[in-house]
Amino acid sequence: MSEPLLKVENLHKSFGSLDVLKGIDLELGRGEKIALIGPSGCGKSTCLRCVNYLETPNRGHIYLDGELFGEKKVGDRHVHMSEKELARQRATIGMVFQGFYLWPHLTVRDNVAIAQIKVNGMARSEAYDLAGEVLRKVHMEHKSDEYPERLSGGQQQRVAIARALAQRPKLLLFDEPTSALDPELVGEVLNTIHELANEGRSMMLVTHEIAFAREVADRVIFMDDGGIAEQGPAKEVIDSPVNKRLKSFLGQMLERH
Amino acid sequence: MTLVEKIELYSLTLLKGAGFTIGITVITFCVAVALGLLFGAIKAFNAKRELSSLLSFTDAVLYLSGRLLVLLINVYVEVFRGLPALAVLFILYFGLAYAGLQLGSFAAAVLGLGLIGGAMLTEVFRAGFGSIHQGQREAALAVGMTPLDALRHIILPQTWRITLPPLANYAIGLLKDTAIVSAIAAPEIMFFARNLVTRTFDTEIIYLLVAVIYFCLSFPLARLADRFEARARAGVR
Repeated sequence: MSEPLLKVENLHKSFGSLDVLKGIDLELGRGEKIALIGPSGCGKSTCLRCVNYLETPNRGHIYLDGELFGEKKVGDRHVHMSEKELARQRATIGMVFQGFYLWPHLTVRDNVAIAQIKVNGMARSEAYDLAGEVLRKVHMEHKSDEYPERLSGGQQQRVAIARALAQRPKLLLFDEPTSALDPELVGEVLNTIHELANEGRSMMLVTHEIAFAREVADRVIFMDDGGIAEQGPAKEVIDSPVNKRLKSFLGQMLERH
Repeated sequence: MTLVEKIELYSLTLLKGAGFTIGITVITFCVAVALGLLFGAIKAFNAKRELSSLLSFTDAVLYLSGRLLVLLINVYVEVFRGLPALAVLFILYFGLAYAGLQLGSFAAAVLGLGLIGGAMLTEVFRAGFGSIHQGQREAALAVGMTPLDALRHIILPQTWRITLPPLANYAIGLLKDTAIVSAIAAPEIMFFARNLVTRTFDTEIIYLLVAVIYFCLSFPLARLADRFEARARAGVR
C-alpha cells in the first residue's frame, strides 16, 4: 500500500484536567473520505482541530504527506515549528467550520481570494480568477460582490467551502459543517460536499448526519470518550455496529430523524 | 476701536494659538491610539490564552510574563483613569522640574494627555478586539495566515469598525480638552484668550470668539468621523 496522506499517531489532548483525546491513531489514504461520528464531547472536533494544529496536541504526532506537521525534529527531539512554517503547512489543509466564520468586512470574492493575495503573493487578477472558479464550483459565483452577512447560512457555508478550495488543499477538514444550519438549508451544503467527494478529494468530516456519512464516507470512525471505539467501512459500521455504545448512539440519532 | 476692529484683532491673536491646539490634538491622538492599540491588544489576547496549552518551559515563561504585563497595564489604566488631567499636567510640568527634569509645555501636554487618552483607549480597543469571535482568527490561521497576518488583515479591520465611533468621540473631546494645557503655559487658543482678557477686559467678545473657533474645528472633525463610520460599516446590514 502506498504511503497514507495523513497519519495521526498516539494523539493526546487535554484542556486543564480534562483529557479529551486519549491516544488516537488513524490513517487516511489519498482520496479517502473519513467520517468521524460520536456523541457530544467525545473529542471528534478536537481531533479534527489537532490535525491542522488549531489545537496543539499534548502528545503524539501528525504526518501529512509523510512530513511531520506542526513540529520539526531537532536531533531526536520534536520542537514546535515557527508560526511562519506552521502557516505554510496549514495552507495545504482546507478547513470548514461549523460557524462558517466568513470575514464580514470582505466581499465574498475577497473572502475567497485574500489568503492567496496576502499570503501566497498571488496577483489580484489571478486570485480573483481562482475565486471565480471555486465559487462556481459551489454555485455561489453570482454572489461574488455581496458581503457575507447578506447571505443565508447555507450560502455562507458554501462560500466557506470555496474559501477552503481556493487553497488547493491536499486535505479538506469539515467540522460539523451543517450543525449550525436551519434544517431546510442542510441539503444544499451536503450536496456541495457530496460533489467534492465525487471528485476524489481527501476529506475528514465530523458530522451528526449519519445517513450522509454512510453515503459519502469510505470509512467511519466512531469515537467515544476520547478514543476510537469502532471503525470500518462506512456501510458496515453504520448498518451492523458491534460496539454497544455505537448501537445506542445510532439508535438515538435515528430516533431524532 | 470699533467692535469690528476688535473682533478682527482678537481673532487674529486667538488663531495664533489654533495651530498649537491642532498640533497637540493630532500628536496626542496618535500617542493615545498607539498606546491603546498596543495595551488593548495585549490585554485582549492574553485573556484568551489558556494554561492548558502550555507544553514547555518557554511557554510557561511567556504565559507568566504575559500575565505580568497585563497586571502592569491594569495598574496604568486605573491610575490614569483616576487622575484629573490637570493634576497629571502639573505633576509632569512642575513636579518633574522639581526633580530636575524640565519638560517643555508642549512635551508635557502631549505626554500627559497622551497617557490619559492611552488609558481610556486601552479599554476601548480591548473591548473591540474582545468582541471579535475567536473563529474569525481561526479561519484566518486555517487558510495559512500567520497570527500577525490574521491580526492585520482580519482582526484589525474589524476592530476599527467597532472602535471608530468611540475613537471619533475621543478625538473631538480631546480637541476641546486641550484647552486646559493653557494652565502649563502652552500657547494654544485658551492661553491667548486669557492673556487678551487680562489686557482688555473684553471677556464676552473674546470667549465668544473662542467658542466659535473651537466649534469650527470640531464640527468638521465630527463630519469626518461620520464619513469614516459609514465607510467602515460596509458589509453590515
